[in-house]
Amino acid sequence: MAEERRAGPARMEVRLTGEIDHHRAGELMRELEDRLDLEAPREVELDLSGVGFMDSSGIALLIRVYRALALTGGTMLVTRVPKQPGKVLRAAGLSRLFPISYQ
Amino acid sequence: MKIINEARLIFPSLSANESFARSAASCFAAQLDPTLEELGDIRTAVSEAVTNAIVHGYPDTLGDIVLRLRLLEGRVLEIQVKDKGVGIPDVEKARKPLFTTGGEERSGMGFTIMESFMDGIRVRSAPGKGTSVTLRKQVSPRMRG
Ligand SMILES: Nc1ncnc2c1ncn2[C@@H]1O[C@H](COP(=O)(O)OP(=O)(O)OP(=O)(O)O)[C@@H](O)[C@H]1O
Ligand SMILES: [Mg+2]
Repeated sequence: MAEERRAGPARMEVRLTGEIDHHRAGELMRELEDRLDLEAPREVELDLSGVGFMDSSGIALLIRVYRALALTGGTMLVTRVPKQPGKVLRAAGLSRLFPISYQ
Repeated sequence: MKIINEARLIFPSLSANESFARSAASCFAAQLDPTLEELGDIRTAVSEAVTNAIVHGYPDTLGDIVLRLRLLEGRVLEIQVKDKGVGIPDVEKARKPLFTTGGEERSGMGFTIMESFMDGIRVRSAPGKGTSVTLRKQVSPRMRG
């Protein structure tokens, strides 16, 4: 599950956990979209420290969150990325779109 | 190259089988005592190939996917993912980074990831007949302590 912690006005922090693949991505995206709609944050931090596995389905998910935020002038950052998801993010060159910090 | 061990799995193109395929491949690879990073590379590449078969190979139907795992001479792991789905009209184009027919739910990075995480990839496909993706990885020798 994606659990949410409020981090002050206009800032949303979400800790993603588990394995992010195609099987899981649809539901996760709907959850994230609901929260973005509800809170309309200016900045979103996605904490990936609990993600044990991620493939290209996760790349598409992160890009969709980035685009949804960009529409309203919001920004995002991805933090505490473990090794395997980190290698996938690097291969996709996602740090050109938003800041990424690795574990 | 000589085949030392082989396993074959057949499963329907249900998304729940993506994690099953990753786990099966990493269990098979365990006999080579790979590093955590090598295991991660194998799991990622298998996930990409199997997801492609599910999402693109059988877009509107359920079909069988065959996962063939081979241990070859010289610590080489060979993984083949095969579907009898719609096939790829232009493989060279499909393999280019960012190319996708999957819309915003896909990023067009699957083949690029398979290429960079494995040592070799061969794609065979015929429209209307299906696709097979064969991946190879040389697993490094481990020092025994
Ligand atoms: N098994 C398959 N059957 C039919 N078409 C395929 C198959 N595998 C790949 N393709 C085609 O090749 C394209 C590129 O595949 P690739 O995995 O690189 O990207 P993607 O699946 O579109 O996106 P991503 O993998 O980043 O989620 C796909 O969009 C699809 O058109
Ligand atoms: Mg793909």
